Amino acid sequence: MKKTAKDFAHIPGWGIDNDPKNEPTYPNRHRTGEEHDGRSWVRPTQQVLDREVLHSIERPDYTAVVGNSVPPSGLSGVIRRFAFKYSENSYLHWLPLLMADKVNVVEGILDDFAHGTVPNIFVEKGYKAEWKHSPQTLVLKLAAFTAVTAGTILWLSSGDKKKPVRRSRY
Amino acid sequence: MLAMDFRGPKRVRAVQKPMPEIKHPEDAIVRILRTCICGSDLHLYNGNVPDTRVGMTFGHEFVGEIVEIGSEVTNVKVGDRVMVPFNIACGRCIFCKQGMFGNCHESNSEATAVGGFLGYAHTGGGHNGGQAEYARVPYANFGPTLIPEGMSLDDAVLLTDITPTGYQAAEMAGIQPGDTVVVFGAGPVGIMAARCCWLFGAGRVIIIDKEDYRLEFAKNFAKCEAYNFESDMDDPVMFLKKTTDWIGADACIDAVGAEAAGNAMQTITGRKLLLQAGSATALHWAINSVRKGGVVSIVGVYGPTDNLVPIGNMINKGITMRGNQASVKRHLPRLIDHVMNGILKPSELITHRIPLEEVADGYRMFSAKLDNIIKPVLIPPTANS
Repeated sequence: MKKTAKDFAHIPGWGIDNDPKNEPTYPNRHRTGEEHDGRSWVRPTQQVLDREVLHSIERPDYTAVVGNSVPPSGLSGVIRRFAFKYSENSYLHWLPLLMADKVNVVEGILDDFAHGTVPNIFVEKGYKAEWKHSPQTLVLKLAAFTAVTAGTILWLSSGDKKKPVRRSRY
Repeated sequence: MLAMDFRGPKRVRAVQKPMPEIKHPEDAIVRILRTCICGSDLHLYNGNVPDTRVGMTFGHEFVGEIVEIGSEVTNVKVGDRVMVPFNIACGRCIFCKQGMFGNCHESNSEATAVGGFLGYAHTGGGHNGGQAEYARVPYANFGPTLIPEGMSLDDAVLLTDITPTGYQAAEMAGIQPGDTVVVFGAGPVGIMAARCCWLFGAGRVIIIDKEDYRLEFAKNFAKCEAYNFESDMDDPVMFLKKTTDWIGADACIDAVGAEAAGNAMQTITGRKLLLQAGSATALHWAINSVRKGGVVSIVGVYGPTDNLVPIGNMINKGITMRGNQASVKRHLPRLIDHVMNGILKPSELITHRIPLEEVADGYRMFSAKLDNIIKPVLIPPTANS
């Protein structure tokens, strides 16, 4: 049997926003036609750039406002500048950016040390909260980390792992 | 000022940073009163979004008080309390004129596929965000919206992203009275999407997740059916076919995005090896469990590269797929009415209030789903001054 609004009386606002016209063409139904004129709108005032900002080569210029966050720098900056020579359609854009992010993490740690800060990994990773709410998970993680680290150290310090086998020629 | 500082995957801290400055005549500086950690912040936190730089401040859900305005700002004034949409929109480009405020062409120099967002990597324009005591807000004539008299800060802060995103997920599902809608993901957005499906007249709303505490919360908040894909079924698609008389749902909503669990191949290639732009398990299930001719609505966030989804099934079933970042400013008038009239109570989603100083704990708790967390709000030390 078909349900009516009465069946949903326990749900505040049931059907209040129903719109039979909501078929799958939104937002095209709001097209103004101006999109056929290209970048014809009156642009906002251009922000004065006071730091290096990279822009996608899929646009000819900067947007009127740009971000105020971290400019590219160091080796990660070099990689990011390389990435921005390629369009967003290219893996040569995105994969170097992912690599730059990894390099940037190491740069961040070095930068911390250079400024006399020792990163507090325990705090930065939120382990205080994990210890409070799920201590067994944290203990397991630390045990696994310790085991892997100890195993790696033992393997690296074992003297005979790569000794060439001498064979007699006779 | 105190601000969140990204140091690398799963490493953040609260540090002192310089105060933000007016950089453009339409800028405003906002003193933050409430700011949230969003599920999509976890994509950044986990290192899944390219061009997320060490030293950036995240945070795209916040409300605050205007403390400074640029020379061309006329729509807000110092002292106004505002909610700040997460999208940065100029209000005058051809996309803004269509109401696509998440796709503004004047706010993100660094990518053209998406508009500018506050606190969302350089792929989102490199704008520092609001997990701080103060933030720079571009296009203050257009974005910031006055918090109405009588609305709580907690309700207001959830109108800056998750409520409009959940609402738009339901809107894009093209729901007609009586429709069966399946929502994948019982995070804050999925729960809100499930709640909003009823506003469009859904006849049945089903939410799918793997966390029992979230499903229980969703059942109460959104008054929907809730099922655990790990314990209530072997195969979500089979389960959903069976429960819809072997037809499939009229609409499916992907409210998970790149962090989805449930398929080892997707998890390994999408989340561990980054061979695709996140794990597309929820989208995969959505395409396969919607009925022929149905609608798949995507609000879960994915990275900018490629994902493995059954596109052949989409064609063969005649599915309509719709997706976008929420156009917050377009939805605000109606959603403000719904909150003021008591139809929606977004603040009920807030389960944790965390001092900004403990931002690292907040991220860990939200990421690891500790202490039955649903939605954490960060409180900056200056919020009460």
